[in-house]
Amino acid sequence: MLNPELHLNPHALLPTVEKVPTRNGYGDGLVELGKENPDIFVLTGDLAESTRAHLFQKAYPERFIECGVAEQNMMGVAAGLAFAGKIPFVSSYAVFVPGRNWDQLRVSVCYGNANVKVAGAHSGISVGPDGATHQALEDIAITRVLPNIVVVVPCDYEETRKCTHALATHVGPAYFRFAREKTPTITTKDTPFQIGKTDVYREGKDVTIAACGPLLHEALLAAEELTKYDIEAEVLNCHTLKPFDEDTLAASVKKTGACVTVEEHQIIGGLHGAVAETLGRREPAPIEAIGMQNTFGESGEPEELLAKYGMKAKDIVAAAKKAIARKS
Amino acid sequence: MAKGGTSVAELERVANTIRQDIIESLVEAKSGHSAGPLGMADVFTALYFKIANISPETRGDANRDRIVLSNAHICPVLYATLANRGYFPREELKTLRKLGSRLQGHSNNHAQPDIPIETSGGPLGQGLSQALGFAIASRENTRRGDQPSWHTWALLSDGELDEGQTWEAIMMAGKLNLRELTIFVDRNNIQIDGFTEDIMPLEPLADKFRAFNWSVIAIDGHNIRQIIEAADQARAIAENPTVVICHTIPGKGVGFMENRFEWHGKPPSPEEAKVALAELRTFAGHIVSEHE
Repeated sequence: MLNPELHLNPHALLPTVEKVPTRNGYGDGLVELGKENPDIFVLTGDLAESTRAHLFQKAYPERFIECGVAEQNMMGVAAGLAFAGKIPFVSSYAVFVPGRNWDQLRVSVCYGNANVKVAGAHSGISVGPDGATHQALEDIAITRVLPNIVVVVPCDYEETRKCTHALATHVGPAYFRFAREKTPTITTKDTPFQIGKTDVYREGKDVTIAACGPLLHEALLAAEELTKYDIEAEVLNCHTLKPFDEDTLAASVKKTGACVTVEEHQIIGGLHGAVAETLGRREPAPIEAIGMQNTFGESGEPEELLAKYGMKAKDIVAAAKKAIARKS
Repeated sequence: MAKGGTSVAELERVANTIRQDIIESLVEAKSGHSAGPLGMADVFTALYFKIANISPETRGDANRDRIVLSNAHICPVLYATLANRGYFPREELKTLRKLGSRLQGHSNNHAQPDIPIETSGGPLGQGLSQALGFAIASRENTRRGDQPSWHTWALLSDGELDEGQTWEAIMMAGKLNLRELTIFVDRNNIQIDGFTEDIMPLEPLADKFRAFNWSVIAIDGHNIRQIIEAADQARAIAENPTVVICHTIPGKGVGFMENRFEWHGKPPSPEEAKVALAELRTFAGHIVSEHE
């Protein structure tokens, strides 16, 4: 069962669960922040509505900066604003930001330790019909490798809203990503969220399922399914990829002895990378990886794509059994 | 040396000293760029000693002018200028590019909180965008009232005008009529692989800026009076941002380096440095006794 201490949505695993896009949590969070703090700025590169930055634009037009389709300049402008004491949120699609302007993120922002918040919308394979060019599947890898930055992948609307607030308070560069589609509501207003702290959403003893982003919901469904096979899975919400909560992961895998990672991202360099790096050093154990297996995506409906690329609950169930079977 | 109390003749002497310090720090470092720093010594002197509202007596002042060096490979001139301006001892210039030094091979903003190096540079084309950020922040502060405000100055090379990001920033500054921003472009006509008009032609450069809604002033970048007058004019222009196209001679002051692009990216040997320093110390025929 879901961890009762975390005040999770009691309907989270029902077919009737309410679904909201995570990007809406960003838009609403920005408007709340804009009211609280006159130093909050929001920038976009011709993608105000689909990143939900337009909500801030309507409320605080004087602190909204439309940069046009020029992402490299946008990242630099944000760095300058940050050095001048402002807190800029750079809003675009994750394939462009940080895809198009990684060098600016590296030098102007991260090397200079600028207090810039980078918001990558339309991440993951579930972007759907737009196809491979617009499905960001590498953004975690290319941000996580940079010194000074914080990387967060929130799992639902409410966590994205909380994350937007938390990153505004955190001093230093940060990257967080959202999904395009409506995804299940897992958390509530009362669920704790702290940058850098992995939460145990479901306790178990046989296998650890480390997930991030909206696929956390599939991980929780898989854990329920696994009980039919007398397997108790422990499910971790690894929302913060950097700094990665190594202690919580290592403690869980010490108990379970096997691990499955779940992410809408290439398994190279993302959550699987972070988990493998950690366990290799601290708690060696079999690991199976759910995610993009070193291929580009393609056009299709989100659910079709998640099924084709093996990111559904049934795939996680199979991976968990495989990981358990590999225990020595 | 106090801001505003400096004559053109005094500034010319300072620029000469800065050139000597550039040579001495480069020969010590055994790597680095020679031509660009020497070519921009007069602009840096005028900007940091006369034009910009900055002072080592009021370090960290929230109202200080913000100066962004985009082509940070010419940082030996930045370091020599800041040392001569009194921000740190000139002796420290000899640590350029050495392990543990805050005078990194490309200047950064985080190693020296009390020195007005506002950004980190190196990869070309990133500085102007950050200057826009400073200028926009100052504009918003002015709108809010009771907040610090400043003029933003940026220093760019002509070679880095090849970068698309630079033109993204030029376009946006024009859109915003960003009068709070003035840039100096070092029009020395060279880049690493050769002359700019051979590598990637920039002309008609002034027309290009005008087409992007900028005011353009073209000057002799070695004439201190012209540099100061251009800056005064730029600050007075209320309609849009200003570019001061500074026509300079790469390697200026050292005869065997002048106008030769092979001096873009290398330091003088100890023997070459002796020749260079001897030439600089005659200072147009006058002996500068403090350096003898």
